Amino acid sequence: MTDASIQTRTDSGDAQFGDYVALLKPRVMSLVVFTAAVGLLAAPGSVHPFIAFFAVLCIAIGGGASGALNMWYDADIDLIMKRTQGRPIPSGRVTREEALAVGLTLSGFSVVMLGLASNWVAAGLLAFTIFFYAVIYTMWLKRWTPQNIVIGGAAGAFPPMIGWAAVTGDIALESVLMFGLTFLWTPPHFWALALFMKSDYKDAGVPMLTVTHGRKTTRRHVFAYTFPLAVLAIGLAFTSVGGPIYLTVAVILNALFVKGGWDILRRDEPTSEADGYKVEKRYFAFSLLYLFLHFGAILAEAALRPWGLGGW
Amino acid sequence: MSFREPHDLHKRRWSRNLGLGLVLGIFVALVFGLTLVKVSQNPIQLPNTATQEGGN
Repeated sequence: MTDASIQTRTDSGDAQFGDYVALLKPRVMSLVVFTAAVGLLAAPGSVHPFIAFFAVLCIAIGGGASGALNMWYDADIDLIMKRTQGRPIPSGRVTREEALAVGLTLSGFSVVMLGLASNWVAAGLLAFTIFFYAVIYTMWLKRWTPQNIVIGGAAGAFPPMIGWAAVTGDIALESVLMFGLTFLWTPPHFWALALFMKSDYKDAGVPMLTVTHGRKTTRRHVFAYTFPLAVLAIGLAFTSVGGPIYLTVAVILNALFVKGGWDILRRDEPTSEADGYKVEKRYFAFSLLYLFLHFGAILAEAALRPWGLGGW
Repeated sequence: MSFREPHDLHKRRWSRNLGLGLVLGIFVALVFGLTLVKVSQNPIQLPNTATQEGGN
């Protein structure tokens, strides 16, 4: 190997280890880890702490693998959107083939290891989640319909259900409602983002609601989703994972979320342009806190239960 | 073949190799830990050889 050949390979993108980690979308993974852990800890019954840790790790790796598959397929639009231009593939540090290999390998690894460590219901749900995100959302819905984020949101909603299944080997009303919480939260969360990421989706040809139906309609949709979300979030309080702490948190947060949706609905584009989409950005940031605190409250109820304090 | 100063390529390759090595090491430790937990939860049932021998 000559110096010249080394230089050529450097230009073609010789990645650092961190670039492969970035393929797994670590920030999304943190949400997956947290909600899966809450689902696991809130479930009736118990598993060995090591198996619980191992199961959450497998769910996180599975989520990361679907992120790598997403980056492999979406490399063309990631190159166009400002928000995603720094990702490992568009920036030239990792090739598409490498991302595909990482995604497929980690998908298989995470599903098999979760099945061996816990049970095959949880492993099956994880496999379906990866398939849903990589194939149904990324390859099909994302470029086809403005409802992409509505249906695709299911992929991010599965982790608490998988965590629950890792303990019980089953699907229950509580795990379906935890799924529903993230599922109904996803559209207003991403539409708020789409409102202030002005031209990104349009430039990339992604049919986000803001592009296909306009901003006024998107604002109406954000507001409209806060109602079924509030009903479901508060309803979860009256199941076995809920309790007074969760109910208090859910009522306050949903009142604020509906109010935030109303504030977004009332605004028009000139007003938003004038203050740099201040309200929309604040609503997007609050939506992250909203989800974190709901699952945090479920976790608090579960943590207090052994002392007879959590739950009803 | 020798390089007096490490090329940026070698730094990145070192980072990759170190990361992969650590991941593999952690994987081995995790599988070992999982095996210990599984075996301690479900002790291996050895066949009752005394009964079998008595029956023969």
